[in-house]
Amino acid sequence: MNRSLGYVLCALALGGIVGGCDKQPPEPKATEAVAAKPGRGEQTGFAGAPPDGVDSAKRPAAFTPPAESEIPQNEYGETVLLGKNIFVNTQQYAKAYVGNGMNCANCHLDNGRKADSAPLWAAYVLYPAYRQKTGQVDTIQSRIQGCFLYSMNGKAPALDSKEMTALVTYHYWLAKGAPTGVKLPGQGYVKVAKPALTPDLARGSKVYESNCAICHGANGEGIKARGEYAFPPLWGRDSFNWGAGMHRIDTAAGFIQANMPYGLGGTLSDQEAWDVALFMNSHERPQDPRLKGSIAQTRDKHHDENCLYGRTPEELAASIARKAEAGGDAAAGQAKPAPEQLEGLSPAISH
Amino acid sequence: MRSIISHALMGVVFIAAPAVAAAPPAIVTQGKGAALACASCHGADGAGNAQAGFPVLAQLPPAHFAKQIADFKAGTRTHPIMTPIAMAMSAEDTESSARHYASQPRPKTDAATVDPAVIARGRNLAVNGAWDRDVPPCFKCHAVDGLGVAPAFPPIAGQHAAYTVSQLQAWKTGARTNDPQKLMKTVAEKLSADEIRSVAEYLATLGNPGEGK
Repeated sequence: MNRSLGYVLCALALGGIVGGCDKQPPEPKATEAVAAKPGRGEQTGFAGAPPDGVDSAKRPAAFTPPAESEIPQNEYGETVLLGKNIFVNTQQYAKAYVGNGMNCANCHLDNGRKADSAPLWAAYVLYPAYRQKTGQVDTIQSRIQGCFLYSMNGKAPALDSKEMTALVTYHYWLAKGAPTGVKLPGQGYVKVAKPALTPDLARGSKVYESNCAICHGANGEGIKARGEYAFPPLWGRDSFNWGAGMHRIDTAAGFIQANMPYGLGGTLSDQEAWDVALFMNSHERPQDPRLKGSIAQTRDKHHDENCLYGRTPEELAASIARKAEAGGDAAAGQAKPAPEQLEGLSPAISH
Repeated sequence: MRSIISHALMGVVFIAAPAVAAAPPAIVTQGKGAALACASCHGADGAGNAQAGFPVLAQLPPAHFAKQIADFKAGTRTHPIMTPIAMAMSAEDTESSARHYASQPRPKTDAATVDPAVIARGRNLAVNGAWDRDVPPCFKCHAVDGLGVAPAFPPIAGQHAAYTVSQLQAWKTGARTNDPQKLMKTVAEKLSADEIRSVAEYLATLGNPGEGK
């Protein structure tokens, strides 16, 4: 039930976008407002309205996590530091759980501190939460397990493992003083408005070549220095798998536009961000570990219109167009689902 | 031999090192016409000169080295001494000197005489950056050890502070513009003069332990 509602909402959102969209203003507040719109909300966390009692008009002020120098010099601090080390150098500190060339900090910049880069302080205060992806209430621990299964293409650390304890402690420490159950500004990734032109592989390839290849390699393979990845692989066997949130074109567009290239966040247009996200996610990567039966069955069960799992780019474009047409009437009226429609989903968070 | 040991210490497999180390090419040691010998400023070992601000060239990725010479030739990078030298270098001179310097070990660094607080500030920028101002850490692109990521990101660890300062300032003011995608400009223009000096002093302290000259 929830899932089918999710598809409907998704179609509405796409319909609305097709109806016309200009480039979003660059101010974070405007982006935030878009992110808070009811929708499937796969990437930003909330599927709909903020949790009970949080009025988007009374949004909390920007949150600043404690400085690294404030990590206490005691046993607790040692665990915080271990969590940080696992987060930054997952390859070394949580080797047994990693099946690719990634580190947590590749997608959560500034060691999990940076706003609009899925910061840990914002994630921590939103759990436990119901997630469409798992169909259950996930704790922050089970959420982190998901990261290892998909983004790290590895194995989930046990809930009581040293690694899990350290990671959760690092999250908790970064969230010191943050209000619980509140979607903080900078949470998740920004939602980039669907651009005027249907995302296109050829254009995306050019954006990649001009902006990304210098660090990630001509073939998305990443670049190693002295045996270790200095820049992460974006596709191929050492990258995230087809279950990771970043395989979604909308999620990747949000991460890329706000954060890439380093120091130049916000310079790619909406169109460029979508085009290059489509291009990145049109390549081979490790299989979705949820694969059951055929790829088509797995696609239909787990993958919506925002990815190329089991679809060609042409099929995706056609599918989006069909959905837009079907949802066109409702979308034309800027249909905003009534809050009660969203209750079963909120706060629903998906990978 | 020294070179082989050094590379082994650094975990770098560099098969060509023994042969190249044996004989620096003539462009390095003798020069050619208007092209003064590279070694006269940068040393045959590529250690540069701290006081004069002549940069360390040892272990520059050959592609990065060649790009700089090409940029001097094309005028997209300018320097009163280097521009005429680059103009006089043939493709072969560039290739052989690039290969030679890529094979040299990073030199031992000078003993730090700078205020530890300055070094600490510089280290913080190099390691953590200042993301609240969209300043990524140096080590995000130049590798966690500052020894660079070939082909586009040169080593910065152990570079002479005066040179690093001059280049960051040049990017900041627009005097140097040959960085790909304006990646250095975008960083340098957000740094204060004090931050530039701090980070340059810190990077200069990073050396190649166990290898001296």
